[in-house]
Amino acid sequence: MTSIFGKPAPLLFGQLLLGLINGSFYAVLSLGLAVIFGLLNVINFAHGAQYMIGAFLAWIGLTAFGVSYWEALVLAPLLVGLLGVLIERYLLRRLQGLDPLYGLLLTFGLALVAEGVFRNFYGISGQSYEVPEQLRGGVNLGFMFLPLYRGWVIVAALSMCGVVWYAIERTRLGATLRAATQRPDLVQALGINVPLLVTVTYAAGAALAGFAGVLAAPIFQVNPLMGSNLIIVVFAVVVIGGMGSIGGSILTGVGLGLVEALTKVYYSEASSVVIFLIMALVLLVRPAGLFGRQA
Amino acid sequence: MFAALATAGLVAPFLIYPTFLMKLLCFALFAAAFNLLLGFAGLLSFGHAAFFAVSAYVCGYLCKTLGATPELGILGGTAVAALLGLLFGSLAIRRSGIYFAMITLALAQLVYFLCVQFPFTGGEDGMQGIPRGRLFGLLDLSDNLTMYFFVLVVFLGGFWLIHRTIHSPFGQVLKAIRENEQRAISLGYAVERYKLLAFVLSATLTGLAGATKAIVFQLASLTDAHWHTSGQAVLMTLLGGMGTVLGPVLGAGIIVGLETQLADRVGSWVTVIMGAIFVVCVLLFRRGVVGELAALNPLRRHGD
Repeated sequence: MTSIFGKPAPLLFGQLLLGLINGSFYAVLSLGLAVIFGLLNVINFAHGAQYMIGAFLAWIGLTAFGVSYWEALVLAPLLVGLLGVLIERYLLRRLQGLDPLYGLLLTFGLALVAEGVFRNFYGISGQSYEVPEQLRGGVNLGFMFLPLYRGWVIVAALSMCGVVWYAIERTRLGATLRAATQRPDLVQALGINVPLLVTVTYAAGAALAGFAGVLAAPIFQVNPLMGSNLIIVVFAVVVIGGMGSIGGSILTGVGLGLVEALTKVYYSEASSVVIFLIMALVLLVRPAGLFGRQA
Repeated sequence: MFAALATAGLVAPFLIYPTFLMKLLCFALFAAAFNLLLGFAGLLSFGHAAFFAVSAYVCGYLCKTLGATPELGILGGTAVAALLGLLFGSLAIRRSGIYFAMITLALAQLVYFLCVQFPFTGGEDGMQGIPRGRLFGLLDLSDNLTMYFFVLVVFLGGFWLIHRTIHSPFGQVLKAIRENEQRAISLGYAVERYKLLAFVLSATLTGLAGATKAIVFQLASLTDAHWHTSGQAVLMTLLGGMGTVLGPVLGAGIIVGLETQLADRVGSWVTVIMGAIFVVCVLLFRRGVVGELAALNPLRRHGD
């Protein structure tokens, strides 16, 4: 068996694959956070909960209503997005003009509510979601065995990142969005419905989290705590990368997923804390984040 | 106000179950220490559970494994919390606002994972059976009433320190930084040092609360280190009234009371109720109970 730096190659590649998957989730989630923060000036603490709800909707859909994975991949994000519309329209909007910390506190409360509700109905043991039929099995790449579903998750998550990047940087809607991030008053004066834009942005961010949740369902256990555990790491990712650029968010997310995987292979005791340590290091050297602009 | 609190504290154990009161006092000190940072320096930390827990573990280790007396255990735990506060503070104050909250949360999660992994914390089981011991080798703390009065003294001491800090020139500068950081800088204040000192002070007093809690309940566990515990301190302060002196104490009373009352009746719905209180507080009364009451009184509208 070949080995790399004293570790068997299949182990290394297997972990790197998992790191790439985790990294894709970091990328999708930090992207959603950044887009919401840009326009609403709110850090969406409920982002993790929305990811968890996405996973649970897929699971409930499959077990109770026979909704297939592919249908869930469209429906669950839509429902989570709809929930986002309600949250923005009836709760977050009331906090406009106040200290952004209130938005964080409000969404923190919402996250607690969501987590508590799902815990009461489904416990914390976690539910397993079957891999869809078309994506079972895997291919032998020569140097490693790639389970099809895992490959699909990476492709789907990164393509979604690409779509978001394109939508923001290359379309007319994206240009309006970027303009509204800078000067909402001017954009409003030009006749664009900024409040609607804000609602749509928040809903889209939430839907993105829901989409990631559905992708995650067959890999990780569907568990009420899955969101809050992830979101704290994503916060660290956001601090490391800075929220200045979309490409930066994607790069930081994927990169950190890989670093975490390498740590797991070579020094597994530190794997759960390595991202936080990197965050501390980045704060010492480059407080604004790798891709951030100094405020 | 201080005398009123002390009197209430002296009478209370004869009316209410002392164990409940001790829990309340520990969390009241925790929330008051947290409020020093949020209410007066305008810094929202989502990571105070780290100081609370680390201090509890260190205190437990000193008393249980090394056989230290409780006052030394508490002193040791508090000192370690202060050091940790210095470390976290010097990292976190490099960013402000929303980033500050995320950084403190992430650093506290780092501590949480370390607590899970280090063998001396007892992992999932926590550190159990920490002896209450004899205070200064004399007073037997296994007596609940003696223990209570000790906790009361610790609380009043911590609370007095916070009160003095807020009303000192240092506290006034903190408020100036909260209101307008740029102006404070242009007036020549070394803003970063003020923030750091406030952070360390807040972490230290949080540590004091955590270590005292470890002695009272003879337990230090992962629950102390979890971000829910940080969230609780935020909620107590928000509900009671941030930036008020008495608010966090009242908020702690309401939350600890609610938890005790509800735990048997609604079980795990408690999390949902706490979350809902958060939402209601943020939407409807951001000044908190004490803040709203003060606002009702027209004579004191500009005071405090």
